[in-house]
Amino acid sequence: MSGRLPGSLNAFIAEPVPATITGNRAQHLPMSAPVAAAPNGSIRGAIALEGISRVFGGGVIAVDQINLTIQPGEFFTLLGPSGCGKTTLLRMIAGFETPDAGRILISGREMQNVPAHLRAVNTVFQSYALFPHLSVAENIEFGLRMRRIARPERKLRVDRIMALLQIDAFARRNPAQLSGGQRQRVALARALVNEPDVVLLDEPLSALDAKLRAELQVELMRMQKRLGMTFVFVTHDQHEALVMSDRIAVMERGRLLQVGPVLDVYEQPRSVFVAEFLGQSNIWKFATHAGNVAQTPIGNLVVGAPIGTQRTAMIRPEKIWLYPEAEAPGDRPNLFPGTVREAIYQGASTHYHVELADGAMILALDTNNQAAERSWGPGEKLVLELKPGNIMLIDG
Amino acid sequence: MDELSDAAGVPMSAITNAPQSGTAERAERLARAWRLWITAGPGLFWIVLFLVLPSMILLAIGFFSIGNYGNPHLPLTLTPIREVAGYSILGWSPANITTILRSLLQAVSAAGLTILLAYPVVFFIIAQPPALRPLLLLFVILPSWTNQVVRTYAWMELLGPGSALSHLAQTLGLLPPHLGLMPGLLAMQIGLTYNYLPYMVVPLYAAAEKLDWSLVEAGRDLYASGARLFWSAVFPQTLPGLLSGIILVAIPAFGDYVVPTLLGGGKSMMIGALIAAQFLQTPNWPYGAALTIFMLIFTCAGLLVFRVMSKRLGSSEGSML
Repeated sequence: MSGRLPGSLNAFIAEPVPATITGNRAQHLPMSAPVAAAPNGSIRGAIALEGISRVFGGGVIAVDQINLTIQPGEFFTLLGPSGCGKTTLLRMIAGFETPDAGRILISGREMQNVPAHLRAVNTVFQSYALFPHLSVAENIEFGLRMRRIARPERKLRVDRIMALLQIDAFARRNPAQLSGGQRQRVALARALVNEPDVVLLDEPLSALDAKLRAELQVELMRMQKRLGMTFVFVTHDQHEALVMSDRIAVMERGRLLQVGPVLDVYEQPRSVFVAEFLGQSNIWKFATHAGNVAQTPIGNLVVGAPIGTQRTAMIRPEKIWLYPEAEAPGDRPNLFPGTVREAIYQGASTHYHVELADGAMILALDTNNQAAERSWGPGEKLVLELKPGNIMLIDG
Repeated sequence: MDELSDAAGVPMSAITNAPQSGTAERAERLARAWRLWITAGPGLFWIVLFLVLPSMILLAIGFFSIGNYGNPHLPLTLTPIREVAGYSILGWSPANITTILRSLLQAVSAAGLTILLAYPVVFFIIAQPPALRPLLLLFVILPSWTNQVVRTYAWMELLGPGSALSHLAQTLGLLPPHLGLMPGLLAMQIGLTYNYLPYMVVPLYAAAEKLDWSLVEAGRDLYASGARLFWSAVFPQTLPGLLSGIILVAIPAFGDYVVPTLLGGGKSMMIGALIAAQFLQTPNWPYGAALTIFMLIFTCAGLLVFRVMSKRLGSSEGSML
């Protein structure tokens, strides 16, 4: 297996940082040591969840037998609506919750019964949870001090991480004197400075305004790539998940519905829930089909692949082609004339709610990449093309 | 000339307008003053009548000579002030300084003991379901609703020469036979700690109840556990409550009269009892007044120190760690 990833913090910081962890903690905190293959042949930063369950009082199953493997250096996102169990799962990796069943392996070591303070994992909390009585620098230094790392090295590492995150200007300030975005950076620095195997992020951007949020999404992503640490990111914001992640896991009611690279999960959702949660979609169930023609409520729909056991057809709004009535290509399948009922202009694109001849509604999205005259107002007629290759088939 | 007067015409009209706006402003100012007096007046009247005036009278009495019945009498003199400092016709005596130091020590150690007792109590209550907490807190406060004299008398029974506790101390050889745990410094300390415990528990509880537990998780996440977790993530959050508790306990304990009188006995005079004696036993009003003023100044100085401390706490850069 590969050793430390080239972009790690040590590589970024020119001089090597000596390992100064003493006592038996070193067994659980192999952080400063150059990474070696962990006992089970697994490597640093890898997470394996094996049959993890957590049941809360009253019999509420928060997490239901989850199996999941996260690769070292991966930006992995747990995506799901509130109450789906994603935060509980994250808290079990952090050590704030103990699973009722299953094993948690971090860097190849079994960790489900190891208390939080002995795990080589650091969390960026949703509320930031910065110590209000400590300055920015002292907050960042906290973890190093608790691990009894010598003062000169502490200072060195704190200064470096502050420079990296561009927060050195307010090192002496108190968290109360910082803006939301600055606090978020301090919280991130406080986790990263420890060079943990895994960084856990619990909706860290949810309290920020849209613009700052977009900036920090990109910055967080770049930071992660640069340091090569494993990031496990929890969010309910599908857009955020799409922007930042290498892979995502969509969760619902304590279960993983689909795990995979962002593109796969978005383009090939395996369930109606995933299709609807991740982006917008038009979904039709059908009972009968002939070859690759599904008999859906809006009519016969030619799909790109032979139909197996699937009984649901789905198409994303942006994959629908729109034509003025006169320009519609007459010789192709899946052409649906309709009337615009609502046009929602969104700057870069416009959403059209189109009513078909039989009264069914379709959501279509048109990028506003052409002159303004190629747009439709309510009541105007157009033709939609649902290209067979753009239609996905979903089980159930 | 015409041009000049023309040029002056615009500001002239502005000037003629000025007195009108002036009267409006004056009326506004009057109304504001009226509102101020109406709202703040009663409170101010109260403070003047019951705080400022008596304090002034007290201050004045401190500069009088003693009459035949211990009452204040002319001419004005500095004798009572000198007496507070320990000077009398017999020369300087350390008795007053000893009394003040003893009172201070008793107050400080009472505050310390209530802190040690209050933390476990408060965190026990916090650990209970929210519905149960007010009831448990009530149990802590309940005794303070009975008269302090009654409660202190109960301790006299418990600690007196014939009591089981005194017998136990005697059998263990901690106490000579036929003596009680009361009167004495220990009894006084027990009495003070017991009496003022609720005043430590309540502000600490208030601080602990709104504890930000995510900071505790952050501490655990950052490798803190046990005592270090408490000191770094829990204790700083309870500091405002702790400071209020110390003020609420130490200041009244410093001047307490009932406990030293009932449990302290003659050998362990406290400043509260000393002042009371100047009015009740061997009357000497000017001396009593001078002692009271000294105590007031001393207390205010203590409060000031705490105020500075808690202010620094508010904008600290981690001095607590």
